[in-house]
Amino acid sequence: MNLATVSFAYLRARALNTALNVLLLALGIATITLLLLTTSQLEERMQRDARGIDLVVGAKGSPMQIILSSIYHLDVPTGNVSLAQAREIAKHRMIKKTIPLALGDNYHGFRIVGTNPDYIAHYGARLAQGRLWQAPLEAVLGAEVAAETRLGIDATFIGAHGLSGAKGEHMHEARPYRVVGVLAATGTVADRIVLTDVSSVWAVHAEQYGIQDVARIAELMPDEEKEYTALLVQYASPLAAAVLPRYINNNSELQAASPAYETARLFSIIGVGVDVLRGFALVLIVAAGLSVFIALYNALLERRYDLAVMRTLGAGPRKLMALMLLEGLLLASIGAALGIALGHGLTEVVGMALTAAKQVAVTGWAWVNAELWLIVLALGVGVVAALLPAWRAYRTDIAGTLARG
Amino acid sequence: MFLLQNLKHAYNGTEVLNVAAWQVEQGSQWLVLGPSGSGKTTLLHILAGILQPIAGSVSIAGQDLRALKPAELDRFRGQRIGIVLQRLHLVPSLTVMNNLLLAQYLASLPEDGARAREVLASLDVAAKAGAYPHELSFGQAQRVAVARAVVNRPKLLLADEPTSNLDDERCAQVYGLLESQARACDATLVIATHDQRIKARMRNHYVLGARA
Repeated sequence: MNLATVSFAYLRARALNTALNVLLLALGIATITLLLLTTSQLEERMQRDARGIDLVVGAKGSPMQIILSSIYHLDVPTGNVSLAQAREIAKHRMIKKTIPLALGDNYHGFRIVGTNPDYIAHYGARLAQGRLWQAPLEAVLGAEVAAETRLGIDATFIGAHGLSGAKGEHMHEARPYRVVGVLAATGTVADRIVLTDVSSVWAVHAEQYGIQDVARIAELMPDEEKEYTALLVQYASPLAAAVLPRYINNNSELQAASPAYETARLFSIIGVGVDVLRGFALVLIVAAGLSVFIALYNALLERRYDLAVMRTLGAGPRKLMALMLLEGLLLASIGAALGIALGHGLTEVVGMALTAAKQVAVTGWAWVNAELWLIVLALGVGVVAALLPAWRAYRTDIAGTLARG
Repeated sequence: MFLLQNLKHAYNGTEVLNVAAWQVEQGSQWLVLGPSGSGKTTLLHILAGILQPIAGSVSIAGQDLRALKPAELDRFRGQRIGIVLQRLHLVPSLTVMNNLLLAQYLASLPEDGARAREVLASLDVAAKAGAYPHELSFGQAQRVAVARAVVNRPKLLLADEPTSNLDDERCAQVYGLLESQARACDATLVIATHDQRIKARMRNHYVLGARA
């Protein structure tokens, strides 16, 4: 027998009311947990995907679209960059390195990215099976692509024009790809794409030139017909950030987009929605606190004889106060535990839905330190809601209460 | 066993109780008689240490209650004094057994389930140990209330109007329970009542007068 037994017995005696309060609190906590988990994972993921890329250069258009299409592979490109333009950019003394990208097709919703081996090195990907491409139309699959499409080494597949993977897209049946390698998982965007040589993309789209010898496509195709979609750029010096974007935007027909700036802008746009949801969740938590307060206060009124009797049995006023506080705390901890569990469950469900849609992966099996603060907040709400009832319990007038009873 | 001297109490300036001196031997059994409003409950509450008289001294088992700090008084009450209230007031969300264990816990005594079962058995309600108060008949609840009052082997057992609203047979039963339980733990028994039926059963009467 101890105070927790008594508190728990009282909570169980009002099971319906207890359940309601726990649920209210849990919903608020779960909503915030979901927001914390998804935003932190998305932010981390997007930062990881953009790490080491100082600038993306593409055709004139929306810089946000350039970032979404060239780094995250979530959007269609703005246009193309000719080989001559790309060479011009790469020559600039403030640029350390450029990685070319040629986009346009997908396989079952996974984008086919034509590039060079620098791209794989940039994301630190290692081969899990097979080898890198050595000829056009040889493909290396990202880890998730391989797992989901179940394509193995030497399997062939046909790319579809576009990005969505929806039915009705034009299929490039004449130029099937052959899988030569599979990458190990990196936890980056490289897991969700099909990688191949730039010339593969040219080959697939070069049907109209009548070039049959795919292996020699890079030689046979006239340079002025060769196009990239975008260039991933690494600066040679930090100074470049101040000079290069403006230089490119003003002196060429290309558009420079800064991943850092555009992702920050994206998050500030998403942030409004997140703030609204967070506000809503806080309202839920405050409502739960109020509801706990009303429940405890009513319980106190119902229980004033019990409390007086406990005093006659030898309980000091501090014990009665502790009893009420404990009850608030118990409610809050059950609510917090349930809320956190529910939040993680919801995040996992959302993550599964996102994975099915081949979007950025989110998992419920992760922990954010901010959740600790969330637990502290929930327990704080429980204690604050119990303060006045606890104080009233402390002040119980034993003789007066019993005389009236 | 206890000694009251020059005891006075008043509510809002109206005197409700005035006891010049009352001394009681350990183990004796007393009736406090008087009509409604004569201060019986007030006297009982003062004896129980839950009400501070405005004047006079209360000494129980050689202990002057005024000399105790609040926390000491709470412990003293829990361990030395048992109270049966008119409206029983069992804790409704706890089982019969847990009501008794609660009395041990709140009195800062070690948990003693064997003692609790023994008391329930002596009051013939051992079978109800796992029941909740609302599942008991009034008679059973009354026995449990007595059990809770004596589970800590108090030196002083107080009962406030324990027999009002009871028929003659029940009245006799409850009186018998209190008497035997008090004797079993060698406690002094004080029953406050205006019930004339038990007057004949007890030798020691302390009569409070009616006030205007």
